[in-house]
Amino acid sequence: MKCTVNGQPQEIDDVWEGESLLYALRERMGLPGSKNACEQGECGSCTVYLDGTPVCACLVAAGQAADRDVVTVEGLAEDDELHPVQQAFLDAGAVQCGFCTPGLLVATHDLLEREPQPSDPEIREALAGNLCRCTGYEKILDAVRQAAATSAQSKAGPS
Amino acid sequence: MSTPTRTEQNLGADIAGGVGESPLRPDGTLKVTGEFAYSSDLWLTGMLWGATLRSPHPSARIRSIDITEAVRTDGVYAVLTHDDVPGDNLYGLEHADQPVLAGDVIRYQGEAVAIVAADHPETARRAVNKIVVDYEVHEPLTDPEQAVFDSTAPALHEGGNVLRHLPIRRGDPDATADVVVHGEYEVGMQDQAFLGPESGLAVPADDGGIDLYIATQWLHVDQKQLCRVLGMPANKVRLSLAGVGGAFGAREDLSMQAHACLLALQTGRPVKMMYSREESFFGHVHRHPAKMRYEHGATRDGKLVYVKAQIILDGGAYASSTPAVVANAATLGVGPYKVRNVSVDCYGVYTNNPPCGAMRGFGAVQAAFGYESQMDKLADALDMDPVEVRTRNALHEGATMPTGQVVDSAAPVEELLERVKAMPLPPEPNASDLDGYDLRLLPGGVSNTTHGEGVRRGVGYAIGIKNVCFSEGFDDYSTARVTLKVNGGDAVATVYTAAAEVGQGLVTVQQQIARTELGVEQVVIQPADTGVGSGGSTSASRQTYVTGGAVKAACEQVRARVLRQAAKHLDLPASQLRLHAGKIVSADEAVVAAVVDVLGGETITETVTWRHRPTHPLDENGQGNAHVQYAFAAHRAIVDVDVELGLVRVVQLDCAQDVGKAMNPDAVVGQIHGGSAQGLGLAVMEEIQVSGGMVRNPSFTDYLIPTILDMPPMQVDVLELADPNAPYGLRGVGEPPTISSTPAIVAAIRHATGADLTRVPVQPHHITGTP
Ligand code: FES
Ligand code: FES
Repeated sequence: MKCTVNGQPQEIDDVWEGESLLYALRERMGLPGSKNACEQGECGSCTVYLDGTPVCACLVAAGQAADRDVVTVEGLAEDDELHPVQQAFLDAGAVQCGFCTPGLLVATHDLLEREPQPSDPEIREALAGNLCRCTGYEKILDAVRQAAATSAQSKAGPS
Repeated sequence: MSTPTRTEQNLGADIAGGVGESPLRPDGTLKVTGEFAYSSDLWLTGMLWGATLRSPHPSARIRSIDITEAVRTDGVYAVLTHDDVPGDNLYGLEHADQPVLAGDVIRYQGEAVAIVAADHPETARRAVNKIVVDYEVHEPLTDPEQAVFDSTAPALHEGGNVLRHLPIRRGDPDATADVVVHGEYEVGMQDQAFLGPESGLAVPADDGGIDLYIATQWLHVDQKQLCRVLGMPANKVRLSLAGVGGAFGAREDLSMQAHACLLALQTGRPVKMMYSREESFFGHVHRHPAKMRYEHGATRDGKLVYVKAQIILDGGAYASSTPAVVANAATLGVGPYKVRNVSVDCYGVYTNNPPCGAMRGFGAVQAAFGYESQMDKLADALDMDPVEVRTRNALHEGATMPTGQVVDSAAPVEELLERVKAMPLPPEPNASDLDGYDLRLLPGGVSNTTHGEGVRRGVGYAIGIKNVCFSEGFDDYSTARVTLKVNGGDAVATVYTAAAEVGQGLVTVQQQIARTELGVEQVVIQPADTGVGSGGSTSASRQTYVTGGAVKAACEQVRARVLRQAAKHLDLPASQLRLHAGKIVSADEAVVAAVVDVLGGETITETVTWRHRPTHPLDENGQGNAHVQYAFAAHRAIVDVDVELGLVRVVQLDCAQDVGKAMNPDAVVGQIHGGSAQGLGLAVMEEIQVSGGMVRNPSFTDYLIPTILDMPPMQVDVLELADPNAPYGLRGVGEPPTISSTPAIVAAIRHATGADLTRVPVQPHHITGTP
């Protein structure tokens, strides 16, 4: 099975039919950043982009990703610089144990691509599929607001 | 050296990122890039995967186990049963009563019977399914009251079914009162539901020992149990902390630790085990379900005269931490109130239900639902404001607990309640303009179940109390090794403990303490392992207190050595020198040397074992100074309830908590948010449904935890009333917010609906009264 992950070509052999994209990423491609809190599509900790659309990698068969483009949490930062969404999660204290974080980062990244200035209800709706057990979500909301503000500023350019 | 001259006037700013600030977590960058290695991410060439066969029955006898077909499976390297356990086939935190692999008796559904190692996780799982176990199935004992009081009930363990009965007796047992309220309350079985599944990697070592990389809350208590099971000395059983994806009590007991070690030792290969979410529900203990009967007597002006209570906690099949849970529920059973006459009987019992043990706020959470429901009932009976009835009876510094222990530091019960009460309320829904109402803000949300008709608002209050650290005379300590040396021209401190970072931010606080105490900016936190003395458990809200205390003490010793050394070079008395931001400062505030120069090529290391002040066992009347510190939080909840459908939306949840000293204000608030969310879960949605000893909902599809849609905005008020007995005056933070959140939400639902809610989680039919 061949696909592109975070811009790099990947190839794995002997894909077993029950193997999920999440398993392939974590155990076969050495990319354990996407997490496996439920493997049933309930927690969002495994969220990755598949051809630009966020999906639960635990629900996608590895074979379905053939010849497609996957982006994981490991692919968000550019040139060793944290993406503004990553920086905002760090700065806002939205990371405790961090197990939910990779999925939330991808989901937030996607939200801000679609809606650069989301309202709180929009943020809640967009992240409703991502469980976090540590933070009570308040600082996650802060992080998304901050990330939106940062990208608005950087778009406005230096004043 | 001659008399020092004032070489520099400017001492420089304090080192940034010390105690009281909110520096970023040192593991944060790895966590946002996906590189942080959780226990489930571990990998070694040639490693095998372990899997576990579990009993489908809650009560049974094993007649035989046939592993023939499993062993024959291609790719399988080992299949082990109880016969293969080299040491004692028993483990447990306080009482070793749980088999590593069941050999004879099955006491709960999900009990481990056999383990397999194979070259692929799926191969291991398939081999597990080929093991044939012949069970003689028995009727399970599932009613905890029957387990205690029915003498014909089968004894599940030698010594009977009562694991602990703790009576608390104080004052007049026959006291009478003008106003009496009775109540019976139940708390369902809650799951910690950490997101990172149980997992770890066991690696056989050349010396015949084992190295285990594991997500746990207490490396040394795991090690102690593993030594016994493996029949090996501590120096052969070495544990290192792998990344922990949340804990909340669920990692206090062993899960896959012994199994992975057994398989690795048997096969001579590294073995990884990782539970699925379903297996996780069977792989760790849960919060004890409780049945509570309360009777409160008060004067007409609302002063409590007496409290009587019976609390039964279902410990399930094995002991785990049940004795400590009983102690908390009993000693904190009347809540943060002054009551002269108290009679509490608390029982922790064995049944064939899933084993229960530690979960955030254990014992205190259950009792708080009982006593706070009673305080509301009392307020109703007296026609008094619920906050008023609480403040009239509020505990304060100098007051006596039902155990006879005098509260010897701040107990701002009244102030916390008043603070939450004074916070701004959210806008009332406008009944005349329901069409313009955002569906997302209504109970039922976008399911479009109401446009506001039948929706009532309610407000509820609650306050809780929790003991911090281990109690009842337990030798509770932590060990810290602190090193200071020059690296790349800068003084660098290294902090080494075995204390488990589970997400709460202990690593950040350790850095902050070292910065403050040593005046150095760079502090390296060495990975936690059993190469240094025990750090004690990451539980009971104790790590910042105890490991923080140990790090502080070790830093103080390192600092004293630096100053002694400087004094020798400078020919000044060490008592006149102090350390500030990398400089040695004299009594007249002159900078007399730089720390890097004093250190030169030397490394200063100090290891300290630090204990909090001793606590004492309780006597036969439950009297004694059992606790080291009390902590308090209060909540106000605002809810909207669709009274026709029984749907609840928590609109706002506010909290005031005294933390003694906010070591890291952002992290403190993060704990309050997260703890409150877990209390909300218990109030309205979270329950492991068990019937006939069988778990009915072991998945995130059927066991619901709060999402970002369920969790409302919070206002948080943090008080800092120092406890003079604690390092920096701090008070444990993690558990109190979980305790009062649940009863506050239920009180708000009662206020909105008038329903007499006696069980959590509250379900729609409790509100609508339909069966
Ligand atoms: S692991 Fe994929 S949704 Fe939970
Ligand atoms: S930070 Fe632990 S689950 Fe979100």
